[in-house]
Amino acid sequence: MAPKDTTITFSRRSFMRTSSLAGGGLLIGFNLFQACKPNASPPVDLASLDYNDFNAFIKIADNGAVTIFSPNPEIGQGVKTSMPMIIAEELDVSWNNVHVEQGILDTNNYTRQVAGGSQSIRFGWEPLRQTGATARQMLVNAAAARWGVDAAECRTSEGIITNAAGETLTYGDVVKDAAAMEIPEDVTLKRIKDFTIIGKDASNVDIDEIITGKPLFGLDYKAEGMVYASVMRPPAFGQKLASFDDSDAKSLAGVLDVLQFGDKIAVLANDTWTAMKAKNSLKATWEEGTALESTSDHDKILIGLLDGTDFKTLRADGNVKKAFAEADKVLERTYESPFLPHNCMEPMNFFANVTDEKIHLVGPIQTPEGTAKRIAELLERNFEEVHLEMTRMGGGFGRRLYGDFAIEAAEISNLARKPVKVVFSREDDMTDGIYRPAIKYRIKAAIKNGEVTGYHLKEASINSNMYGLIPNFFPAGAIENYQVDVANYKSNITTGAWRAPYTNFLAFAEQSFFDELAETMDVDRVQMRLDLLQKVKGTKDDRIQYSPERMEKVINMAVEKSGWGTKKEGVYQGFVNYYCHNSHVAEVADVMIEDGTPVVKKITCVVDCGIVVNPLGAMNQAEGGVIDGVGHAMFGDFAFKDGKPQATNFDTYRLIRMKEAPVVEAYFMENEHSPTGLGEPTLPPAGGAVANAMKAATGKRMYTQPFIKQAEAPSMPEKEIIG
Amino acid sequence: MPAYQFKVNGASKTVEVSEDMPLLWVLRDHLDLVGTKYGCGIAQCGSCTVHLDGVAVRSCALTMAMVEGKSITTIEGLSEDGTHPVQVAWKEMDVPQCGYCQTGQIMTASAFLESNPNPNANEIKEAMNGNICRCASYSRIFKAVELASTKMG
Repeated sequence: MAPKDTTITFSRRSFMRTSSLAGGGLLIGFNLFQACKPNASPPVDLASLDYNDFNAFIKIADNGAVTIFSPNPEIGQGVKTSMPMIIAEELDVSWNNVHVEQGILDTNNYTRQVAGGSQSIRFGWEPLRQTGATARQMLVNAAAARWGVDAAECRTSEGIITNAAGETLTYGDVVKDAAAMEIPEDVTLKRIKDFTIIGKDASNVDIDEIITGKPLFGLDYKAEGMVYASVMRPPAFGQKLASFDDSDAKSLAGVLDVLQFGDKIAVLANDTWTAMKAKNSLKATWEEGTALESTSDHDKILIGLLDGTDFKTLRADGNVKKAFAEADKVLERTYESPFLPHNCMEPMNFFANVTDEKIHLVGPIQTPEGTAKRIAELLERNFEEVHLEMTRMGGGFGRRLYGDFAIEAAEISNLARKPVKVVFSREDDMTDGIYRPAIKYRIKAAIKNGEVTGYHLKEASINSNMYGLIPNFFPAGAIENYQVDVANYKSNITTGAWRAPYTNFLAFAEQSFFDELAETMDVDRVQMRLDLLQKVKGTKDDRIQYSPERMEKVINMAVEKSGWGTKKEGVYQGFVNYYCHNSHVAEVADVMIEDGTPVVKKITCVVDCGIVVNPLGAMNQAEGGVIDGVGHAMFGDFAFKDGKPQATNFDTYRLIRMKEAPVVEAYFMENEHSPTGLGEPTLPPAGGAVANAMKAATGKRMYTQPFIKQAEAPSMPEKEIIG
Repeated sequence: MPAYQFKVNGASKTVEVSEDMPLLWVLRDHLDLVGTKYGCGIAQCGSCTVHLDGVAVRSCALTMAMVEGKSITTIEGLSEDGTHPVQVAWKEMDVPQCGYCQTGQIMTASAFLESNPNPNANEIKEAMNGNICRCASYSRIFKAVELASTKMG
């Protein structure tokens, strides 16, 4: 594809402002949080804005050094490195000359000079490029004005501006002039082939602090006078607090206070250990509030939903009923998955200091604004009094989208009127979670004259169902009669997003089903997928999310890189392709039998996520996603009995470890598409690849996660093919 | 409360804490050495790994009585400026994702390579198997230990 001419008009650019720094240099402010929100709206009154409304800044010192201040929280997906890379690329400076800092800037020592633009910068590729390009253009305009030449004749490279006569100025030379100039409305983005930073390996910007153990994480945060809180919560979902005896807890040296709030009891102490120990010595009695549910109940309820007729239809093409009635053959299978806890390595924690003047909150959270609002409402305070700072996060996987732990910290600090750090023990973290819901899928396909003529996917889930775009993923559009139906059961067990919501299990179900469908039809597994994709090419259906051409390319590359179809002695392969989070992925698992047990040796993973900003970071994400996917498909199990989680710590909950981790060979498609998701899309296909390879190796097909449970169970009877 | 004397990163320390408080919390809450991480509290994840007289141990499962008179090294004392060969290898391989477990991984790897400077692949996997990385950066952890062994060997 030829690079597009990238002159653009900036209608949505500039929630952006510049000023000169008291100590010399130029500061450009913009707002990333505002940009994060899908429904971000322009500020009502631009004149009322001050720098407190900005949370991301580019500082260019008069020696040319560039600092990018980004509040963007780092969960481990590398955005603290890759997002500044995008800005630096368009700013056209050397990456070695860029320093990235996270945190709130002291905004007292600069004054407002120029305000421009009218709308928020939306999160992402284009806006970040535009931000960098706009900053560059300002510097170029300043240099051109000084030379008295047309800005269009000036070129930049690595922070140096050169005019047609060959004269040069550094960015540092013109920062003062630039600060007083209008923010340009039209800027030119680089051609992709001219990139010098994007597409090159860059180390994690926090690497030195991480490997030396600096206090980066929420759990490491300390403040003057801070006390530690450990919270006892109802041990079973559905229970309420009846009464408690805290005499043992209060008798422990170092215990400061015991406070009840709602159905919870907080113990405050001088250190974490004393708080946790005192919490464990509380004698509480609990009563049933709502039903105490068990996994065995859920299993029956979800199967009941699948057997029933009470569905919401998310997409229906053609007539599946008719397709099944007229089919030569019908294949129907049911796939089952458990709840899953997130198990971030850094347990949930948060700091709060509620005083009459303000509410100060510090900790690892992905939803600062929403959480601050909820806390303001709960404590009946003005939102403006809440000040929330984010720390680096020891993993997220979806758990830190929810502010429950921050709200607890605020409630406790409000009662105690002390700076308080709430710390979850691992047991608290695992048993007071917001889990991936248990889900069951039933998939049914109609085969007629050697073609798949009908496809019906039913989802039965706890609390919520797949989001609306998923029914438009592969194989939507490829099968004439196609329907997706969903139903859910409302449970008192809290559920929420878990890395790659829904697709983390659906990919396994659908891709195992395709594998079995190919066996049933006696056709080549990969060719069947390619044939289906052919039917989507040129589709006029704008609901379809994936690109059949891009999917075809990742499939072909995975075939080539994995040596698919070239039989190696003792190696059994499983194939999958999947689309989610705007990325296309194909994976091949290699399984070998060792000591009579199937062992996952290698996963070949081909990803099309558009332009790869930082290949070094991207490779780590891809490898981690695949191994995480393999680990949870193999081992992840989380059952409830009478409302109580049965696993409580890593002795009863199995996470994948180094010895079980397969080698991952990841490849990225090279193209000029805008970057898409990478933290999530390599995870969902991994379970399917493993299941299909295990079938090839053992003859046994996996229908239930975790596979270890089914592998250890007596062989399941082959399910019947009707018709 | 009883007083305990021990060395941390070469410096003598005396702490007065309850006798059942694990070393982990003494380091984090009382000595302000927060590079040693809490992950599980039951010696299952390895995030809290430190060296006790040069041997990798789980500080969450170590009482102060076991530490009395001994010498402890934490990540803060592994090198003055992050230049221990294992730290250098971690940087070269760009190992971390979220980074939370990495100090424990580094402490396990550094003690292991002291005792076995030229390990084979299986020995590395065996030695590192006690440390969980939830982001699953296992490929790079493995490669970094291999690389560090060439620097130490």
